[in-house]
Order: sequence, then structure tokens, then C-alpha cells
Amino acid sequence: MSLALDIVTITAVSAGAFFFLAGTVGLLRFPDTLTRLHALTKADNVGLGLVVLGLLPQAGSLRGGFKLICVWLLVLAAGATVSQLIARAALASGAGGKRGHSTVRAARHDGPPT
Amino acid sequence: MTIASALEMALAAVVLGMAIWTIAARETFAAAVGFVVYGLLLALVWVRLDAVDVALTEAAIGGGLTGVLLLGAAARLRASETRAAAEHPGGILRLGAAALSATVAAALGASVLLLPDAAPTLAPAAAANAVATGLGNPVTNVLMAFRATDTLLEKVVLLLALVGVWSLAPDRLWGGYPGARHQADPLGTLAFLARLLPPVGIVVGIYVVWAGANYPGGAFPGGTILAAMLLLVMMAGLTDAPTVSSRRLRLVLIAGPGVFLVVGLGGLCVGTAFLAYPVAYAKPLIIAIEIAMTLTIAATLGLLVAGAPERSAGR
Repeated sequence: MSLALDIVTITAVSAGAFFFLAGTVGLLRFPDTLTRLHALTKADNVGLGLVVLGLLPQAGSLRGGFKLICVWLLVLAAGATVSQLIARAALASGAGGKRGHSTVRAARHDGPPT
Repeated sequence: MTIASALEMALAAVVLGMAIWTIAARETFAAAVGFVVYGLLLALVWVRLDAVDVALTEAAIGGGLTGVLLLGAAARLRASETRAAAEHPGGILRLGAAALSATVAAALGASVLLLPDAAPTLAPAAAANAVATGLGNPVTNVLMAFRATDTLLEKVVLLLALVGVWSLAPDRLWGGYPGARHQADPLGTLAFLARLLPPVGIVVGIYVVWAGANYPGGAFPGGTILAAMLLLVMMAGLTDAPTVSSRRLRLVLIAGPGVFLVVGLGGLCVGTAFLAYPVAYAKPLIIAIEIAMTLTIAATLGLLVAGAPERSAGR
């Protein structure tokens, strides 16, 4: 049983680490702000989610596991908000890139960035 | 070499690299971001050294609040940044700065190297007397009982910093609202986060203060978390900072040092010395001071970020 749980942990954390690596490569290689944000949020959301999933069997107690899930949810909320704000600021300053302008303008009902 | 020590060496190398990069960065904004990353990495170093209390404070202050202050300063400096970058200080000035930096670095290095090998420590004495206060966290014991005067003075310094920021206000705006009024779409993502996060953050902040009696935590990290929630709500435009002349605000600002001083003088009158707690009431007294200090720290840090009064009260 514990071997099976360890295998789950190793698999999920490795997959999470892969997403972080891919997100970092994307951050360094992608051409404009919006695509870089896209790469970064994948690492945050899926990568951290997989790491947390992998750590759950090792948490030891229900409370510890609950805290891990809370950490993931808080990072999700903060990451989603911050990437929205950065994307709007990038659009307003014209750093969004050509592709970004057409795709994100439709979702831009939130008014000017602060 | 174990995996743990390899990890620690890599971490130390990254922290050093980040520090050098932050100093070398030409752009103010980039340097401020580098400083935030440096603070967060340093918090990891403290965790590896089993100093969780220091790690919490470093993450909250070094990574969080100082970062926001520096980013705000960078935003204000943006207009004059290109002009400042174009200026080239003279050779004597550069040489003087280099000599001064090298002297300070050499003095610091020498004093670290000259420390006796078994460093002098009061840790056993602090641990032996821990029962006197009834608190389980040795760091809180040192901060609130054994070295309470330092903590009291530290709170006064914090207040002086806020007075310093406020005194930058022009006369006609004195007593007004600090900083610019933040505008954000009330249905936007920032306003959504500012409604979603504070209930969680306030509970976490209070928990960190309360747990500080027996576990890592305390008034400083807890108060910083509360200040962050206040700033989030203010930045989303959901509420405004109080005017600097508000009596309620002033009462909150002096609550921490005030309660601390009253308890200290009480120790002088009833007990043996300034800040000597009667043993039977040590824990409730310390917790009362911690609660008052948390309010003061949260308000002071929040208003430090908000800045000097920029809008008149009569608006």
C-alpha cells in the first residue's frame, strides 16, 4: 500500500515538475506578454496542482492534506487575478502583441487597468 | 553529500546570485522585483535553518510588504528614470563609493570570521527560563519577555517611520487622505479577489498571532497579513484609507506601544522592574500586548504603503 502511494507521489510530483519546466521554457521563449502569461499560468495551475496531488498521500493527516489543497486554491485565485491584471496592463501599453489584441479584446469588459 | 545538503548549497548559490543580480540591475523596477524574489528565497533559507519564526517574518516583510513599498517607489521614479540613468557621476565620487562599499564589506566579513568558534549564546538560559512566562514558543519568550524593551522600541520606530512618511505632505493637504484613490471596476477580477480573499486572510492573520504564543508566528507576520488584506481592499477601490487626522486611526496607531508602556510601567510600580510581568499574569498580559501590537502593526504597515496625504479631507 505504502509503495503504491509512493509511486503515486513520485509520478504526480514529477509530472508537476515537468509542467513547471515547460512553463519556464515558455516564459523564456514565447514572443509576447500574453503568450508568456499563458505559459506561466499553466505551470502555476496544473504544475502546482500535480505537486499538491502528489504530496497528499504523504500529508499524514486529514488536516495537513486540507492545508495543502488550501495552498493550491489560494495560489490559483492569486495567479488568475494577477495574470488578468498584467494582461490588461500589457494591452493598454501596447505590449500585448498582435495576436493578443484580437483574442483578448472580446473579454475586455472590465474597464481600464488600474 | 546528501540530497538535503546539495539542495541547501544550491539554494545558497541562488540567493547569492539573486542578491548580486538585484544590485547589478539597471532598472529600478527590475531591481525591486529581484528584491522580492530574494526575500522569498531567503525565507526558504530560514526554514532550512529551523528558524520558522524568522522565515514567516522575512516572507511577510522582506518578500511582501517591502516589495510593495519598493515597487511603489519605482513607479514614482519612472518619470525621472531615464534622466537619472543618463547621469554619470564623477570619477572621485565613484571611487569613494567603491572604497566605502569595500570597507563595509571587509568589516562585516572580518567580524563574522573573528567570532569565537563556539558562538556565545543565551539560548540555554532562555530555554531554562521558558516556564516563567507560560508560553511555548521560545522566540515569543525572548521578544515579549526577556528582551521586551527592544520590541517596545521597535514598535516606536515603526510609528516614527509613519510620521516621517506623513510629514512629506504639503501643508494644505495635512489631515487628508493618504495616497491616490484607487479606481477599479467593481465587477472586475481585482474587486472579486478583494471580496474573496480577506475573509480567509483575516482568519489566517489572527491565527498566526494566536498561534505565536506556542508555535512559530506572532504579531509581526500576523499583522502584516492583516495589512495586506487592508491594502488589497483599498487597491480594489472597495474602501478608502482613513484620513490621517482620524481620531480612531490615531488610537489604533498608538494602541500597541501604549498598552506595552502601560504594562511596563505597571511592572515598575507593582513588580520589580520596568516590563517585569507578575508570574501569575505573564501569559494574559503578553497576549494582550500582542493583540494591541497586531492592530498597530497592521494599520502602520498599511498606511506606510498608502503613503503621504495627497487628497484634502474636505473633498
